[in-house]
Amino acid sequence: MISSIIFTLIAVGSFVFAGREFLKIRRNILLGKELAIEGDTRQRWGNVFLIALGQQKMFKRWIPAVLHLFIYVAFVITQVELIEILVDGIFGTHRFFYAPLGGFYSFIISFIEVLSVLALVATIAFLVRRNIMRLSRFHKPEMKGWPSKDANLILVLEIFLIFFIFLMNSSDMHLHDNKYGFAVSQFLSPIWEGTGESTLHLLERVGWWGHILVVFAFLNYLPFSKHLHIIFAFPNTYFASLKSRGEMENMPEIMNEVKSMFGIPVESTDAVNAENLEFGANDVPSLSWKNVLDAYSCTECGRCTAVCPANLTGKKLSPRKIVMDIRDRADEIGKKLDSGNADFAKDKNQPLSASNFDDGRSLFDYIAAEEIHACTTCNACVEACPVLINPLEPILKLRRYEILSLSQGPQEWLPMFNSLENSGAVWSMSQDRDAWKADL
Amino acid sequence: MAEMAAEGREPEILFWVGCAGSFDARAQKVTKAICQVLDAVGMSFAILGTEEMCTGDPARRAGNEFVFQTLALQNIQILNGYEVKKIVTACPHCFNTLKNEYPALGGNYEVVHHSQLLQELINAGRIKMSEGGTFKGKKITYHDSCYLGRVNGVYEAPRAVLESLDSQLVEMKRCRSNGLCCGAGGAQMFKEDEPGDKRINLERAEEALKTGASIVAANCPFCLTMMQDGIKAKDKQDEVMVYDLAELIVNNMVR
Repeated sequence: MISSIIFTLIAVGSFVFAGREFLKIRRNILLGKELAIEGDTRQRWGNVFLIALGQQKMFKRWIPAVLHLFIYVAFVITQVELIEILVDGIFGTHRFFYAPLGGFYSFIISFIEVLSVLALVATIAFLVRRNIMRLSRFHKPEMKGWPSKDANLILVLEIFLIFFIFLMNSSDMHLHDNKYGFAVSQFLSPIWEGTGESTLHLLERVGWWGHILVVFAFLNYLPFSKHLHIIFAFPNTYFASLKSRGEMENMPEIMNEVKSMFGIPVESTDAVNAENLEFGANDVPSLSWKNVLDAYSCTECGRCTAVCPANLTGKKLSPRKIVMDIRDRADEIGKKLDSGNADFAKDKNQPLSASNFDDGRSLFDYIAAEEIHACTTCNACVEACPVLINPLEPILKLRRYEILSLSQGPQEWLPMFNSLENSGAVWSMSQDRDAWKADL
Repeated sequence: MAEMAAEGREPEILFWVGCAGSFDARAQKVTKAICQVLDAVGMSFAILGTEEMCTGDPARRAGNEFVFQTLALQNIQILNGYEVKKIVTACPHCFNTLKNEYPALGGNYEVVHHSQLLQELINAGRIKMSEGGTFKGKKITYHDSCYLGRVNGVYEAPRAVLESLDSQLVEMKRCRSNGLCCGAGGAQMFKEDEPGDKRINLERAEEALKTGASIVAANCPFCLTMMQDGIKAKDKQDEVMVYDLAELIVNNMVR
C-alpha cells in the first residue's frame, strides 16, 4: 500500500516535471517563423514509416545500423513491459499480465529479454566505438565537453536498464520455480541457487525499482539530451520538406520588388514591409520552426559532418555544429524568457515575451562567417541525415542575412555580383556571349 | 533563337549554354561538342545568344536573392517571350535552377541535362557509336556532380552514356548519392577557400586517381575545371584526362 502511494507519487511527479520541460521545448521550437506545410500527407506518413520507424537511411552504413536497430527495437518492445510495471506499481499487483496472457506473456517477455541482450551487445559496441576506437566523427571540436558526456551517459544508463531487468526477472524466476520460462533469465536464475527467499524478494524489488527509476530519470533527462531524437525523429520526418532539394526557398518580397522594377504585374499584395527590411535569418526567431525542430531532433551522430567536403578538408564548417548551435541558441532564448528578466525585453515598457525579446545576441555569436562561407551547397549533409534534418537551409538563410541585411560577405563575391548585375554573366568579359560560335 | 523566331521556325529544343559554356575556354569545347552532336543527329536547336544571362544560381546560393531575382525574371521574360518548351543545359547548376527554381517565378519548361539528352538519343538509335572507338577497353571513372546527382537524382543516364563507349567504367569509392563535391558549388568557384588543410578538388582528384582510370568523365563545366586542376596539382595531367560526356561521345560517334 505504502509502496503503491510512493510509486504513484514518483510516477506522477516525473511525468509532470518531464511534461513541463517538453512544453518549454515546444515553446522554443515555436520561436521559429511560421511555415506552411505543403504537399501530400500520405508521402509524409510514408517518410515517417520508412525513415523514422523503418530506419531506412541508417542502412547506408550497415554496422551501426544493425547495432542501432537492436537498441531501437529493444526500446520499443520494452514499452510493453513498462505498461505492466506502471500497472503493478500503482495497484500493487505482481506481473499483472501473466495470469490473463499465460504462455503468450512468457513469449513477450522472452522476446524482450533476447532483444535486451542484443541491445547490451550494441551498447557496449557503441561505447567501444566512441571511447576506444575513437571514430573521428565522434571527436570533432563541437563534441568536446557536454555532448560527449551526454552520449556516454545515455549508453551507461542503458546498461543499468538492462542490468535491472535481468536482476528482476532472474530472481523472480528463481522465486517461482522457473514457472515463467523466460528465454534468457532461465539461464541466469541458477545463480541464485542457495540464496534465501527474503534476499531474493529484495533482489527482485531492487531490480524492479531500479529499472523503473532509471526509466523515470531517463524521461526527465531526455529534454536536456541529444537523445530527444527517439521522440522527435517522428515529427521531424513527417514535417520534412517534400520539395526538390534543388529548390531554395523563394523570397516573394524580393521577387515582387524586382517584378515591379521590371514592370511585371505582381500577383500577390505581400509588398515589402518598409519597416522590416531584414532578409534571411540571423537568429532562432528568423529561422522557420522546422529549422528549430531539426535542431532538437539531432542526435549529434555526425554523419553530416563526416561527408561534408569542407569539413573533410579541414575547414571550420561542420553541419552538425550549425544544427547544435541552433539548439543551444534556442535553449538560451528559452531560459532567458523563463528568467522573466526585464533586461531582455526589446521594448522595456512591455512585458518580456517571445515577440518582445532582444538580448543583444544572435546566431552569429555562435557561428563564424568563415563557417557559412565554406559551404559548397553540395547537399551531402542533407542526404546523410538519418532523420531528415536539413543543415543546409539555415546556412543559406544566414548567408542571405549577411549579404542582404548586413551587406557583408566574402569580398571576392563582389566582382561576381557586379558583373552579374552589369553584364548578366558571372565573369566580366569583353567578348560577346556567343563569340564561341565563330569557330564552330 | 531570335533569327528562328523571326523566320517563324520553332526549334525542337533550346540549348542553354550557360556562362561557363559561353566564356570559359575549356567549357567552350563542351559547348561545341554538344552542338556537333545535335547537328549530327539532325535535331533542330537554338541558343539565346546574347539574350541569355546567368540563371542566377551562384548569386542565389551566395545569398544574394536580389541579383538572382533580377537575372531569373529577365531570363523568364525572354524564354516565355519565345514560348520555349524544352531546354537542354550543359551545366547541372543551370539545369537545377531552370528546372526547380524558375517555376516559382513563373517559368515552366521541360528541362533536361545534356547527359539525359545524350542517353535518349543513344537509346533511340539516333547516335550510333563507331566500331572500336578510341575509348574501347579504357578505364573511365565518372564523377557525379552534386546538382545532377544528389540534388536531382540523375545517376544512371550519364553512366549509360559512358557504357555506350565500350569502355570499362570504374567507380570511385564515393559515388552516386555519396559522391564527393568537386568544391566549386555554392559560389565557391568565385572565391578563395576558407582556411583549411586541403583543397576539396585535390581530395576528389586523389580519389579519382586511385581508381587507376585514364579518363575522368564529368558533366559540369565547374567540375571539369576543378578536377583538371586537382589532377594537375598531382602532376598527372599527361596520364589522366578530364572530359565532359559530350566530348567523349562526339569523338566516338558515327557522323
